[in-house]
Amino acid sequence: MADATTPADPTEAREPEHEPVETLHGAPVTSSRGQRVAHPARDQLVAVVRALRNEGWLQCLDVIGVDYLTHPDRADLPEGVTPERFEVVYLLLHHGERARLRLRVQVPESDPVVPSLFAIHPGTEAPERETFDMFGIGFEGHPDLTRILMPEDWEGHPLRRDYAIGRIPVQFKGAPAAR
Amino acid sequence: MTTTDHDRGTSQGTQELSAAGQTEAAERLRELGAVLRMSEAESLQADLDATADDQRMIINMGPQHPSTHGVLRLMLELEGERVLRTKPVVGYLHTGMEKTGEDLTFMQGTTNVTRMDYASPLFNELVFCLATETLLGVEVPERAVWIRMLMSELNRMSSHLLFMATNGMDLGAVSMMLYGWREREETLRVLERITGLRMNHNYIRPGGVAADLPDGWRDDVLRLLDLIPPRLEEYDTLMTGQPIWRERLQGVGVITAEECLALGTTGPILRSTGVPWDLRRDMPYLAYDQVEFDVVVGTYGDCFDRYAIRLNEIRESMRIVRQVLERMPSGDFRVQDKKVTPPPRARIDESMEALIHHFKLFTEGFKVPEGEVYVAVESPRGELGCYLVSEGGAKPMRMHIRGPSFVNLQTLPHLMHDGLLADAVAIISSVDPIMGEVDR
Repeated sequence: MADATTPADPTEAREPEHEPVETLHGAPVTSSRGQRVAHPARDQLVAVVRALRNEGWLQCLDVIGVDYLTHPDRADLPEGVTPERFEVVYLLLHHGERARLRLRVQVPESDPVVPSLFAIHPGTEAPERETFDMFGIGFEGHPDLTRILMPEDWEGHPLRRDYAIGRIPVQFKGAPAAR
Repeated sequence: MTTTDHDRGTSQGTQELSAAGQTEAAERLRELGAVLRMSEAESLQADLDATADDQRMIINMGPQHPSTHGVLRLMLELEGERVLRTKPVVGYLHTGMEKTGEDLTFMQGTTNVTRMDYASPLFNELVFCLATETLLGVEVPERAVWIRMLMSELNRMSSHLLFMATNGMDLGAVSMMLYGWREREETLRVLERITGLRMNHNYIRPGGVAADLPDGWRDDVLRLLDLIPPRLEEYDTLMTGQPIWRERLQGVGVITAEECLALGTTGPILRSTGVPWDLRRDMPYLAYDQVEFDVVVGTYGDCFDRYAIRLNEIRESMRIVRQVLERMPSGDFRVQDKKVTPPPRARIDESMEALIHHFKLFTEGFKVPEGEVYVAVESPRGELGCYLVSEGGAKPMRMHIRGPSFVNLQTLPHLMHDGLLADAVAIISSVDPIMGEVDR
């Protein structure tokens, strides 16, 4: 396995001191191919992002949804983080340190809602709408959570893994029924 | 504010701009206040400034408007000639390329991503390949790295020349449109000589590039480098110093660095506010740490700064191309790993094994170890990123492209606020959105 950098993996011959994983404002930090990834819980997220922003992580570049339906037991999560079906990934940038940080938040299928970062990073407005549109993940506190790429009357969330890729009936308004 | 009801069906019209009187305070906050870090009450006040609702008019601009660069639709709330609020409505070009990407192997992925930002296709391929290679743990040969740099900079030139053309056209300088397209075509001709295609090249592939540089590439590039600088001088004469051009652009569509950072803006728009942030210098990828170039920044954050930055970035790109010409190393143009790159054509005729490898690669593709990775490059429009999640198979489980235009479009309401309708076109043009990348 090339991905041998996960500090939480007990099989790795790492220094035992590293065992209680490095944390960042209470969120465990791992490394994926040399890139720093923090795993805050859903209710920690806003506090972590706010604290990071005060430390100079001034930009949130993107909000990405991931659906792990077909790949539930992934190995790159630290101990104590329960894998869920959905994940929302935030990309933060620190200009001063020229550093990147990724936040991966687990979102359960039964309650797919995460707090919106709009109040801290207004630039997440459109990416959060895109994630809502594509995955049906809600963002609590978003001022205008509507579809952005798909038509307003579209049914379903296309980037979910159980959304078929093949032919689909035309759903546009006034179009003739499915051929 | 009913966002907890996350799975509600959205009704018709919710993506649209409603009249100020019918808009909730929270939404008004989104439009203006949140970026300026105002309170809800302050932002309501700032916007209402004593205009009665019936003095206002909401008009649609686009999606079929020659100056909206494709299918961008803007809903503008006007009071006379003044633009009060703007809402970009996107999605008219959405073709589900990220979904398609999940159904293509890593080998085929470049064909898909190259069609996203169609004005700078090589950057899409580059970022996808860099992400794939990071997941694979493959080191690309030096010559491939420098070829990629050459192609990126040539592509940056053609993309900025296209901006010069459309920016000129949007402001009524029709001759500039012709000049810009003409020079862009010269650049595309060089790209065509190297890759075989004018656009959507599919040239950069995981593990290197598709083919080595053709004979005589050096002369072609040198001819281009001799051709473009005098033409840029002509642009300067025609536009940069010209009073009408300056009147139309200076002080129009002003944005501050704080707003840009809050909105996640990158690229020329961020640099026009004086923030010297360029991934090529600040987080070097490829071999950008070995070449010399300047990061062009502006001061006022207006349309003129964004125009001047792009014009001078063409010059910086040419500087980089000259250094690449001098230092192009010899060697392989792709990694010699049978599992990742196809065998050369000649080998297929003589070796059964090569044939099998070739067949396997193009039918099944190569397997990429499990993991997730984000890689970003500086495209002509800003930070272009690729987030890849692999579950260990030959196809990505999730392929997300962070299109700079998509995020940069969020600056439009702020650039337009309190401006004139006549300037709206100049502002859209200076953001330089490519809708293929916005909607993906």
